Amino acid sequence: MSEPKAAAAVTPAAAAPGAALLDVDDLNVRLPIDGIHRPVLREVSFSLRPGEAFGLVGESGSGKSMTARAIDRLLPAGAQVTGSIRFDGQDVGALTGAGLRQYRGRVAMIFQDPRAHTNPVRRIGDFMTEALRTNMSVPGAEARARAVDMLGQVGIEDGERRLRQYPHQLSGGMLQRVMIATALLTQPRLLLADEPTTALDVTTQAEVMAILDDLRREFGLTMLFITHDLELAAAICDRTAVMYAGQIVEIRRSSLLHDDPLHPYTAALAGARPDIAQTAHRLRAIPGRPLSAFEAPQEECAFAPRCPHARDVCLAAVPDLLEVGDGLSRCARTHELRGKLQAVADA
Amino acid sequence: MPETTAPADRVPEANGPAALEVAGLRKEFGPLVAVDDVSFGIPEAGSLAIVGESGSGKTTIARMIVGLERPTRGTIMACGHDRSRPTRSARDRRRRGREVQIVFQDPYTSLDPRQSAEATIDEVLRLHHGWPADRRRARIAELIDLVGLDARQARALPRALSGGQRQRVAIARALAAEPRVLILDESVAALDVSIQAQVLNLLADIRDETRVSFVLISHDLAVVRQLTDEAIVLHRGTVVERGPTARVLDDPQDPYTQRLRASVPRPGWKPRRRALTDAGEERQAP
Repeated sequence: MSEPKAAAAVTPAAAAPGAALLDVDDLNVRLPIDGIHRPVLREVSFSLRPGEAFGLVGESGSGKSMTARAIDRLLPAGAQVTGSIRFDGQDVGALTGAGLRQYRGRVAMIFQDPRAHTNPVRRIGDFMTEALRTNMSVPGAEARARAVDMLGQVGIEDGERRLRQYPHQLSGGMLQRVMIATALLTQPRLLLADEPTTALDVTTQAEVMAILDDLRREFGLTMLFITHDLELAAAICDRTAVMYAGQIVEIRRSSLLHDDPLHPYTAALAGARPDIAQTAHRLRAIPGRPLSAFEAPQEECAFAPRCPHARDVCLAAVPDLLEVGDGLSRCARTHELRGKLQAVADA
Repeated sequence: MPETTAPADRVPEANGPAALEVAGLRKEFGPLVAVDDVSFGIPEAGSLAIVGESGSGKTTIARMIVGLERPTRGTIMACGHDRSRPTRSARDRRRRGREVQIVFQDPYTSLDPRQSAEATIDEVLRLHHGWPADRRRARIAELIDLVGLDARQARALPRALSGGQRQRVAIARALAAEPRVLILDESVAALDVSIQAQVLNLLADIRDETRVSFVLISHDLAVVRQLTDEAIVLHRGTVVERGPTARVLDDPQDPYTQRLRASVPRPGWKPRRRALTDAGEERQAP
């Protein structure tokens, strides 16, 4: 099993079988905020195996969307980036012009609010076929035929009629299906899904997730799934990374994340959500508020000010993301706390 | 006053007279029936969840209760007063404000950007209670403390506050009128998980320490479980299921409630695809 640190040490030269499709190594991003460059991502390292669904979970300001934007080269102007992002062995940071356009065809992105990412005065068909026609020189008629076919795959039967409609004529759930179909049209290898179901009703979310899950298996897609919902990530991702204040604090097999967390923040996040199956007398709220990377302490554990387990050792230095069992955790006390986090939080 | 015929399957009045009683409520927008024959009651200090997805009519019900929409049919009684028709007198409007208050979903747009938390609460206290300045000051300090803000945050403008802090200001403002019924329209939906837990704990404290009744409007079944005793489930404007919250969530009877329950992600959850031929999926143009 190639864990991120291990995979990062040996740079995959080519897409050899078993090699990482995407390798993010020591990514640091600084953005100009109030005129000063401040950190938004710190030492982000992880790698995605081909065909894997990888979750990125965190609260506002944790850097999860910024990570996706860095991967898709969509960072705001003035961003200072260090570290490397390699896709299929290729240095993403070095891409320009045609190479970048081609890369974006292979790495597709879907967003939280499909209405904000469609042009209200352009028809669905125009929107769906644009990348095929302009970047891949597919003739218009063939592009439309492929779009209709792909709409069928996401459960939209009367595709011909839909292509003639405008975004406002579709519901949010339907429009998100159109976004998924559009993203898949260029036959990408990696799908970056940034909170794609957050704005949807819960029954619609279930349907859209089912479609994503089916299609990514059918097309052998690798998926980076970004969400604030730990339970949703746990349900559909093979592995999940938890982010806090611009850092990854834990990477773990999703099925273990909830019941056997390695990092106190993961445990706190799981404990703070109300349980649909029972009423708690009081929720185990985390004191304070989530901090952005630039607000959090820079020389010590970023979560320490809110952590019930913080001790002097946590304030001595920024902990490294270290292997613990079959996962990774950025906590100075992780071995001591192993297996106790859920129990302590429950008491 | 018109006679209201109470439906037989109404939520039972456990703690004496109903703080809020809604009967046969209907709202039409042109040809669209947004709310159809909805009835429920909430006892003093009770809590009711109105569960539903977008388009179910849950927010329309809240808007009718606070007087932002006028019902096509039906009655709304709060503390023994009918409020289903607009009132012309300012005195009656203020009385209605002391009966029912609402906290909206979006803490970013529901506060005046030029008013600090203190000034916001002070305005409500002056309007509803007419107290002298020193008594208002004392009450402001109490409310600020109750919702867990500090003195600096109390003097800050909304733009200097986080989403969770703004929602606390909105809750303090609603409580300043000393309402009998507090309507929470998706009031914790936009908050981060760790902040949401803080606000849910705060609301539970308020429920325990005051006799205020809660109407929680939410699509989040876990939040509903945490905060309410009774629940009704709305689907396309009609009530499809009602009962104690724990029973509705643990043993849903209506197929729609069952589907809603099955759609909540959990460990081992496998989302299933459904055919998209449902006419309800089409966005209904207003």
